[in-house]
Amino acid sequence: MPSLKDLRVRIGSVRSTQKITKAMQMVAAAKLRRAQEAAESARPYSQRMERLIGSVAGNLPSLEGVPPLIVGNGRQDVHLILVVTAERGLCGSFNSAIVRRARQTIEALRREGRQVKLLCVGRKGYEALRRDRADLIVEYITLREYRNIDFSAAQRVADKVMELFAAGAFDVCHLLYSAFKSVIAQAVTLQQLVPVKLPEGTEQPDLKGAIYEYEPDEAELLATLAPRNIAVQVFKALLEGAAAEQAARMTAMDSATRNAGEMIGKLTLRYNRTRQAMITKELIEIVSGAEAL
Amino acid sequence: MAGELRFELVAPERLLLDLPVRMVTLPGAEGDMGILPGHAPLITGLRPGVLLVDAAEGEERILVGGGVAEIALDRLTVLAEEAINVKELDRARLDRMLKDAEEDLVDARDEGARTRAEARLAYLRLMRAAAG
Repeated sequence: MPSLKDLRVRIGSVRSTQKITKAMQMVAAAKLRRAQEAAESARPYSQRMERLIGSVAGNLPSLEGVPPLIVGNGRQDVHLILVVTAERGLCGSFNSAIVRRARQTIEALRREGRQVKLLCVGRKGYEALRRDRADLIVEYITLREYRNIDFSAAQRVADKVMELFAAGAFDVCHLLYSAFKSVIAQAVTLQQLVPVKLPEGTEQPDLKGAIYEYEPDEAELLATLAPRNIAVQVFKALLEGAAAEQAARMTAMDSATRNAGEMIGKLTLRYNRTRQAMITKELIEIVSGAEAL
Repeated sequence: MAGELRFELVAPERLLLDLPVRMVTLPGAEGDMGILPGHAPLITGLRPGVLLVDAAEGEERILVGGGVAEIALDRLTVLAEEAINVKELDRARLDRMLKDAEEDLVDARDEGARTRAEARLAYLRLMRAAAG
C-alpha cells in the first residue's frame, strides 16, 4: 500500500499535469480561432479556381496542347501521395488518423499493382511513416519555420510536386489531409491533385446559349492555371490541416484535463481513506495497550 | 443597358471585395479591357497591373500581381495572385516588398522559382517607379 507521502506526491504531479493540459487547451482554442478563420476565408479562392478550371477544361475543343498537370500524362503506374500532417503531437488521433489512411491507401494502390511514392509534409507523419515505409518516402518537407501558414509555404510544396512531375517521378498525385469540419470533427480527405479530377456536380453557370471566349486560348490559359491550381489546393490543405490540428488538440486536451480531474478525485479519496485507516490503527494500538496494563 | 455588374475580387487568403460596380478595367493578358454590365462570357488571364473599379461608392484602384478573371452573367470574378488597394500602398511598403523579392531571387533554387521571382521583381520595380 502506498504511503501517505507517496499519495501526496502523486496528487501533486497529476495536478501539475492538469495545469499544463489546461493551458494547452486554452492556447489551442486561441490558435484555433485564427486558423479556422484563415481556412474559411481561403475557401472561396480554391472553390472558384476549381470551378474555373472545370469550366475551361470542360469546354475544351481538343486535348491538344493541354498541360499534363491537368489531364495527366496518360499513365497511371506511379502514384504520389502528399501526406499532410502536423508538426507537433499531443492532438489526439489527428496524426495517426491521417497516417492510418495513408497506409490503407498505399495497400489499396499496391493491390492494384501500382507503385507508390510518398511526399511527407509535416514532421509527425514523416516520423510515423518512416518506421515501416521509409523506402517509399521521396521527400520530406517540414513547415516548422512557418508560424502561420502563408501562400509561400504552399508554393514551396507545390514547386516540389511540379519538379517531381516534370522529372517523370510520378503519374498520379493524391493529396491526403485532414479537413476542418467543426471543432469536434475532422475528416481525413483524399483528393486527387494530378490529373485534376473535378468534383462531382460542379455546377456550370447557365450562359443562356452563349459560350466563353478565352484570352489567351484555352490551352495557354490552362498552362498558367495548372501550376497555380496545385499551389492553391495545397494551400487549402495546409490551412484546413492547421485548423483541424488545433481543433483536435483542443478536444484532446479538454478530455485530458477532465481525466486528470477525475484522477485527482480518486487519489484524494484514497489519500483520506489511508489517513483515516492509520488514525484508527493508532487508536486501536493505544486502546489495546492501555487495556493490557 | 443591362442591370448591374457584380464584382468579386478573391485573393488566395480571402475574399476581398464583393460589390456591384458600374465598370471595371482589367489588365488583361492581351491588353487592358473595360468590363461593363452585359459583357459576353469571357475568361482571361491577367498581367500584373492595376485594376480600376468604378463603383457607386467611388473609384478604387487595386494592384494585382497577375491572376485570372471570369465574366459570366453580369458577374465578374477576379482570382488575383495578390491584391493590394493602391490607397494602402506606400513607398515604405513597396520597398519592403522589393527587398523580399530580391531575397527570393537569391534564394531561388530551381528554374521555376527563379523565373517567378524575376517576374515579380520586374513588376515591383515598375510599381516602385510609378509610385515615385
